[in-house]
Amino acid sequence: MAQQNIYFDNASTTRVDDRVMRALAPYFTKIYCNPSNIYSSGLKTRAAVEKSRQVVARFLGAKPAQIVFTSGGTESNNLAILGSMAKFKKGRIIISAIEHPSVLKPVERLGRRGFEIIKIKPGRDGVVSAREIAKHLTNNTVLVSIMYANNEIGTVQPIAEISRIIRNFRNSKHEALNSKSPLLAGSRRNAGQAQHSQLEIKKFKLGEKAYPLFHTDACQATQYLPLDVQKLGVDMLTINGSKIHAPKGVGALYIKEGIALEPLILGGSQEMMKRAGTENVPLIVGLARALELISNKAAHKTKKISDYLIRELGKIEGAQLNGSRHRRLPSIINFSFNGVEGESLVLRLDARGIMTSTGSACSSESLEPSHVVRAIRDAESAHSSLRISLSRYNTMSEARRAVKIIKEEIIKLRRMSQ
Amino acid sequence: MKDYDVVDIKGKKFLYSPQVEDHFFNPRNVLDDKTDLGQFNASAEIGAPACGDVMKVYLLIDPKTEKILDFRWKTFGCASAIASTSVLSEMAIGKTIDKAYNISAQDITKALGGLPQKKIHCSVLGDQALRRAIDDYKKHYLGVK
Repeated sequence: MAQQNIYFDNASTTRVDDRVMRALAPYFTKIYCNPSNIYSSGLKTRAAVEKSRQVVARFLGAKPAQIVFTSGGTESNNLAILGSMAKFKKGRIIISAIEHPSVLKPVERLGRRGFEIIKIKPGRDGVVSAREIAKHLTNNTVLVSIMYANNEIGTVQPIAEISRIIRNFRNSKHEALNSKSPLLAGSRRNAGQAQHSQLEIKKFKLGEKAYPLFHTDACQATQYLPLDVQKLGVDMLTINGSKIHAPKGVGALYIKEGIALEPLILGGSQEMMKRAGTENVPLIVGLARALELISNKAAHKTKKISDYLIRELGKIEGAQLNGSRHRRLPSIINFSFNGVEGESLVLRLDARGIMTSTGSACSSESLEPSHVVRAIRDAESAHSSLRISLSRYNTMSEARRAVKIIKEEIIKLRRMSQ
Repeated sequence: MKDYDVVDIKGKKFLYSPQVEDHFFNPRNVLDDKTDLGQFNASAEIGAPACGDVMKVYLLIDPKTEKILDFRWKTFGCASAIASTSVLSEMAIGKTIDKAYNISAQDITKALGGLPQKKIHCSVLGDQALRRAIDDYKKHYLGVK
């Protein structure tokens, strides 16, 4: 068995691109000065950080001053949520039920501290309805956070549509505020509540028309979907190096200007006072280089492979694709195979050289099955789910080999279970 | 007993102990689909697919000696659920039903060289399934209520 292992778990993390390694390596051993230093070598690292910031900004259609480097997607999501909500003591926060834990957990903490949390369930296709979000917008809604593409099932959320709804809501709230009219868009209130909302209006000053803020976690979407923050209309957007062939431990947060954000990490005045600590120069350089390497051609190749996998795995008896067939990333495929427990399948595939993952409870620390598959399917399906996630390093011949092996292992596991 | 949550992971290639690995990849006494279920004189099912584990146990018990002559099973579950049913089948075959009745989850875990703590409660269901099958035997074949 001289065959190479097949890495089909790119939604967990990606291998670092050799070109990224080449770009960042000098900043470990040759150009290593602290970018805050004023001598010439320090200025060199400062230039590397600022050039990288420009690259990230250009990629997002933003300004460099709107980009904050962080330690990854988790920190960016935490900073977006806890940082922007620091000035509030209460208010409504709307998220989807299928957010990443790095959004769920900080939001749940705010819930324990007095915020009202609304979790919007996606449809059976794993897509969150913008109209459903509109229904829940209220005058005291301070934040909406909806991921761009889901990390477990790969479904793509209508971010531009949601941001349009939020913008309209803010504008009508603003108008209502100016005219002192209690009639606010999106709210159907009776007379008693109308009085109440008038009180709410008084509380909202003109500067508050920026609220609700709209944040999106774009970690999985970065390589495959349009990421122009103007077109998306978002106020904050998270990206993560380790999902795009940059190293683990680096990410960025786009923050629209004018949004008050309390830092989570206190210390020096780096990152425009939004994130203290010496800049992680080599990893920041790596993140920027990884963004430059994103190509449509690679995405098309990935799409071809995932179309093949969805078609072939879909032919297996008792197989069901989790999430919409068409509103999905080309990189993430999630199937439930009845009678096949997820952890068992992942371990058997590993023994045959294929690395995948599962939403099965048995592989998680909490012993709870995937909250994502659970939100769109029954518990049994969640226990039987397999995630395959691709990158530009995967090939069609790997996919063919994997389909054959997956079929064989499913037969073996069903012989034990059915 | 080794606790695989804290064991030195140097050189470790499989999530669980070597015994679990062995039973998971080479399960013993799985019920063959061609087998006529009529040849068994006791059976039981435990767990639910929604919980992630389902175990079916079929026993052939010698009415004279009350020894378990055959133990066949089907398990839907994770690696430790499959391995624990497999190892239990080996432990139970040849034992009298009285002795087999006393096999505990702890005995199974020990035979597997330990399991991660959080796994013991959910995946070791085999002892309960076995006891239920023996109860089934007593009820239907011996008329005990």
